[in-house]
Formats: sequence, structure tokens, C-alpha cells
Amino acid sequence: MLLYLEPSSNGLKRSSLELITAARAVAGGSTITGLVIGATEEQLAVAGEYGLQECIVITGTTPQQAGNSNVAKIIADTATELGTKTVLFAANSTGKDVAPRTAVRLQAAIIPDCVELHGTTGAIEAVRPVFAGKAFQRLSSTTPTTVFTLRPNVFTAKKSDAPVQTAVRSKTVTIGADVRTTVVTNTTLNQGSLDVAEADIVVSGGRGLKAPEHFNLVEDLANALGGAVGASRAVVDAGWRPHREQVGQTGKTVSPTMYVACGISGAVQHLAGMSSSKIIVAINKDKDAPIFKVADYGIVGDVFDVLPKLTAKISALTSHN
Amino acid sequence: MNILVCISLVPDTTSKIVVGADGKTINPQGVKFILNPYDEFAIEEGLQLKQKHGGTVTTVTVGPPTAKEILQRALAMGSDNAVLVNDSNCADSFAVASSIADLAKETSPDVIIFGRQSIDYDSLVLPGMVAEILGWPSVTMVSALTIEGTTVTAERDIDGGKESVTTTLPCVISAQKGLNEPRYPKLPDIMKAKSKPVAERTPSAAAARTAVVGMTLPDSKRLNKILGDSEADINELVRLLHEEAKVV
Repeated sequence: MLLYLEPSSNGLKRSSLELITAARAVAGGSTITGLVIGATEEQLAVAGEYGLQECIVITGTTPQQAGNSNVAKIIADTATELGTKTVLFAANSTGKDVAPRTAVRLQAAIIPDCVELHGTTGAIEAVRPVFAGKAFQRLSSTTPTTVFTLRPNVFTAKKSDAPVQTAVRSKTVTIGADVRTTVVTNTTLNQGSLDVAEADIVVSGGRGLKAPEHFNLVEDLANALGGAVGASRAVVDAGWRPHREQVGQTGKTVSPTMYVACGISGAVQHLAGMSSSKIIVAINKDKDAPIFKVADYGIVGDVFDVLPKLTAKISALTSHN
Repeated sequence: MNILVCISLVPDTTSKIVVGADGKTINPQGVKFILNPYDEFAIEEGLQLKQKHGGTVTTVTVGPPTAKEILQRALAMGSDNAVLVNDSNCADSFAVASSIADLAKETSPDVIIFGRQSIDYDSLVLPGMVAEILGWPSVTMVSALTIEGTTVTAERDIDGGKESVTTTLPCVISAQKGLNEPRYPKLPDIMKAKSKPVAERTPSAAAARTAVVGMTLPDSKRLNKILGDSEADINELVRLLHEEAKVV
């Protein structure tokens, strides 16, 4: 199995650790190999704890310099060399961009945005949400090699009971004249704040907050819980909150340990982005709001009244512990 | 500049989804089908590129004959030509990508534009697949686009930020919301579009690479403990989160 891994400031991205965890369950004794472009030994130190047996570190280029078509070529060439039957990507902005190109290069099937993998490599069936999560499709592949992208935050990253020493080898790639796309600039807008897609706890606000200045109620609860702030499409469209906080079919997909929806009615587009959260809490004054149908716990009440009280009680509890 | 815009017919998000008798697809009865919302940005971008650079806009969809309706909408917005790849089966994304690539090989467009995703299967794979089949560059999730000569500069959304990318024509683009403000077709144009020709083609001979094993509806296993807003209820919520769910 070949896994496309991405480095982060302190090791590997959580979505990459999720890939290694997911691979262990379907490897069936075959070798789990990572491919990472430009990672240090320190960054890869964590991989062995998750069971990554082998890692190929690509040197001589960066994903930005190489462009998506060359990154796809590097991965496809490596997969061919290894004779791998399964290639895994995270379904993040990189995976969504590169995986389809990789699949075509490998003459392989692609099954994107998977939330479950069944079977073993070479004969994996995958489950993916369709129609904004209103149905699930189970797919099999008809090609010898198959590319899967895994929805982030669904396959929980867990360290292996049998940690290994990752065998690291580097491979130098020279990108010739065949550069199709070049990334000129790359800006990360949310430095310093917790990304909603990476957070364990997400507190989201919707139109029920009535005005952008009331979002401090949502931020206060998020702070008390140590979570990130999310937003519904309605309030992002209204310009109250930045697009990077949008949770939903066309925003981020999240599946944190706990998702708290404040003043969000629960339109199907919103549910598509959060319905795989482990625990869902809803606070809404409309008892018939669709969000209550998918909630584990709910408070029928006004967010302006409930949120300050809830924040105070949670702060008291967490400071007490 | 010759522009190919790819659009799709999708169920309205408010539609209730029922699994069909085969257990693998949806039952289309009672489902309202619409133009995929993101494809409006793709059509609009095609029309604006034509305004600036001249040329023609051709809109294609791979789907059943009922998809002519969305091609007529594209014609009403200003598309010059419309092509239906008559494929009621649409076996998988590779089959669809191959049909679009076949058309592109015959008509040699300078740019192919998709909406960022179709809201039915949310796969986001077609732009990259078509580009790779053709050996072209692709830039996905584009929120700003400039083309000067054969040089393309695009801004694209990435997780937590933006990227500015340069590439050259011919290329494949997928349109993010905000790329432009799609126009509403005027009533006379809607009427005129109904009599404009829609060319029909047969789908690519490429075989599908995935097979549907089954389709199921989600089973809600939620606890559904809904409380009031009294002091005692809020205390109970905190207790449940702490002791039962163990998330606080």
C-alpha cells in the first residue's frame, strides 16, 4: 500500500496519521509505505508509532514547484515501482487535486471521500456519503490498482500496539521542463487559530446569533471547551464570518468528538459537513429545527440566554477538574 | 478562444432521497432535478472569457435526455452551442471523464471549465481526470482567473488559505463560488433557447473502473435527548456531556 503523507510543523498532518491508521486495518500483511515530499527525520519520527513500515522521502523539489501533474507522476511512478494495489490520499485540498490525476496515470479506479474501508488491499470495498450525506454508496474497484481518498477526521488516528522503526529512504526527483502549473504564492490565512477541520471540538454559530458582533458568545463557549469556531453557510454568505470557518457540503467537512450547533437550523447542506461528528449538541429556540433530529443532546432555548450560562458552567467544571 | 463548459443535472438538495429497487441507485420518482449550482459559475466564466477574448462557448453534459433542460438554460445564458452526451447510465466518473475528453480531442478547446463539484456525488474528480487524460494542466477551486495570451493566472482556495497558480493554455479549470456573479437568463432568451439545437453524441467506449455494490440510507443512532432551557436543564446538559458522553 502507498500512502501520500504531508508534513506539518510538528511532524505529520493529522490526516496523514489517519491514513496510516486506516491502512493498518486493510493491509492484510502487505507493506505500508509512505511517500512524502520534503520531510525531515524529526518530522517522520512519529510515523513508526502509527505503524508505518517504510517511507520514501522525495527530495529535489517541492509540491508547489512541481505542480499537481508532477506530484501525481511522482506518486504514480512510485506506486508502479512498488507494484502497489492501493494508494491512499487524504480528501483534503491536496488529495482532491492530485488523486484524480494519479488514478488516471495508474489506469486505476478512484473512490473519493471514503468514510469506511472494508476487506484487504487488492479487494477493498469503500463506503462514501452521497447526496449531501442523505445516502451512502458502497463501491468496489474493477482495476488491479485503486486510489482512495479518505475523508479527514473520520478514521481516528490511533497509535499502533506494535510500533515499528520506519525504514526511511530518499529519492531525488528532478523536475524537467514539464512543469505544467507553478504555485507563485501560498498564504495561510488562519495562522494562530485552530482550524475547524482539525479541531476535536467545534462550536458553530448560525443565523440565530442575529449579528456578527454576537459571535463572541460562540467564541466564549469554544474557548471554554478548548475548541474551534465554525459557522453556517448563511452567516458566511452574509459576511459575518470568514469562509475558512464554514462547515457544510461546500465548506469544511468536520467530524470532531463534539460538535455544538448554536442557532443553526440544520439545513441539509450543513448536516452534510458535520453529521459524522461523534457527539452532536444543538441549541436552538425552534423545537422543530431539523438540527434536533441529528442531535444527541439539545436545548430548546434562546442562544442569547443559554450560551452564557452554559459557558459559565463548563468553565466552572473544567477549572474544577 | 474556444471554451468548453461542463455541466451536470443533479437532484435539488431539498429532495428526499429514496433508494431504487436495484438497491444501488436512487429512485428518481418525485425528485426535482436542477442545474448543479456550481456549474452556473462555470457557464458565467465561459461567457465572460468569450466577451473578453472572442470565440465560442460550447456547453456539454453527460447524462440522460432529460438533461437537455439544463443545456437550454446554458443556451439562454449565452452559450453558443450545446452538446448532450446521451448516457443514461453514467457508470462512473472515469466513464464520464472519458466522454468529455473524447469531445475535447475532437473540438480542441483552449479551456475547459467545470463547477468545483457536483452536489450529487461530491466526487470533485472530473477536472483532474479530464486534464490527465488530455495531458493538460488543471487548476481546481479557482476563485479568480486571468488569461493573457496563453498565460493563465489563477487564485485557488486551499485548506486554510489561498494559492496563486500560473499555467498555460490549453488547461482545465474548476470554478469556486465567488469566481463571478452568474447572470440570470432573460425571458426572451429562455424562450429562444428552447428552439436552439442540442447536438447529441454517444458516450465514450471507456469502461467504468468502479462498480456500485449498494446504496443505503443513514441510520440515525443519535440519542436525541432534547431538554428545555431552565437552569436545571442546562445543568443536566453539562452533567450528560461530562458523565455520559465524557466529552467535557
